[in-house]
Amino acid sequence: MAITQAEFDIVRTLIRGEAGIVLEQGKEYLVEARLSPLARREGIASTSDLIAQLGRLKGPLHTKVVEAMTTNETIFFRDVEPFEVLRKEILPKLIEARRTSRRLQIWCGASSTGQEPYSIAMTLLDIPELASWKVDILATDISTDVLARARGGLYSQLEVNRGLPATHLVKYFEKKGLEWQINDKIRSMVRFEFLNLMKPLPSMTAPDIVFLRNVLIYFDTADKSAILTRIRGVMRQDGYLFLGAAETTRSLDDRFERLPFSKTGCYRIGSEPQPALRALA
Amino acid sequence: MRLMLSRMLQELGFEVSQAGHGREALTHLQSHEDTDLALVDWNMPEMNGLELVEAVRQDARFTNLRMMMVTTETEMSQMARALGAGANEYVMKPFTRDVIADKLRILGLTE
Ligand SMILES: C[S@@+](CC[C@H](N)C(=O)[O-])C[C@H]1O[C@@H](n2cnc3c(N)ncnc32)[C@H](O)[C@@H]1O
Repeated sequence: MAITQAEFDIVRTLIRGEAGIVLEQGKEYLVEARLSPLARREGIASTSDLIAQLGRLKGPLHTKVVEAMTTNETIFFRDVEPFEVLRKEILPKLIEARRTSRRLQIWCGASSTGQEPYSIAMTLLDIPELASWKVDILATDISTDVLARARGGLYSQLEVNRGLPATHLVKYFEKKGLEWQINDKIRSMVRFEFLNLMKPLPSMTAPDIVFLRNVLIYFDTADKSAILTRIRGVMRQDGYLFLGAAETTRSLDDRFERLPFSKTGCYRIGSEPQPALRALA
Repeated sequence: MRLMLSRMLQELGFEVSQAGHGREALTHLQSHEDTDLALVDWNMPEMNGLELVEAVRQDARFTNLRMMMVTTETEMSQMARALGAGANEYVMKPFTRDVIADKLRILGLTE
């Protein structure tokens, strides 16, 4: 049964307010598809009844609705090339720059079920020199559900089939029944924590590398700008930012400068403001 | 299965030939040295997939050939054996179209 416009608006306002996620008109089916399993789990008769309960004071149900409405799709080594750029270009530069402290801080800002930070961890292990360094990977997300899954490091056959080179599967995973678990060594390299990108950033060690991939796409322009500017404020001034293939800093934060890797959105903080996007219509 | 894979690869721009078992595959490869990719099932009559990989890897003409196991074998030890024998990638059945597309990208065969 389809939800009404009024019900759609309640959900839309909630997730926009809490998570910054913009749901366009016409996405009613998405609300239905995501909230009806939640209603079932909560023992509530229908999606409409569930939404009706949101009228009251903010509580755990609101959080669950926000979590249910996030899109958590991800794969190991998504888009392949960014991890090549990380390994061949960015890490060598940072190893040079941090030679005295021998420390690297990496922050993955929308880590979903963990494939991305674990792909970063596996990439780091490709560089023997880093073995004696102190490298921290902080992985954060707004959904406590995906954070719990990520900490467990258990993946289905389909998930490990996708994107993960077979050599890495053999090297870093153990078979657990029908599932696959990433080994303790890799798991211990990543710390998972809750973080809502819409809120002021909590205090954190300034990251040398920020991964913020495939999450800005859900936000409106003002929120994208604000988030990028906050990230620029917290990261090391000679650090690097990776965005998703469909994302950019252009016209959103003019201090980020795109590096010339064709298909990978990798940015650093430039000395000159960058021009906004220009168009002719 | 073979048909479905063939169609998938054709859509990705490959010219695809088919072989019914390992020995036929080896004969085909020997007369088509410029083949870029061989998808290999573990369980084939005549010569199984692992034997095919081993045979191909002993032949210097095929250093550029990428070999991908596509199989119901999901034991770690089997996978390690196939990779050790010279398979470049490994796909466990069942798989989706995206799985194949991702693997071809890993192998550097598609963008
Ligand atoms: C499509 S996934 C991207 C995962 C991974 N970065 C990748 O590129 O494959 C988007 C993730 O962003 C998270 N997310 C959405 N809104 C967020 C917010 N306001 N703060 C933090 N994370 C958020 C979602 O929970 C989801 O796990």
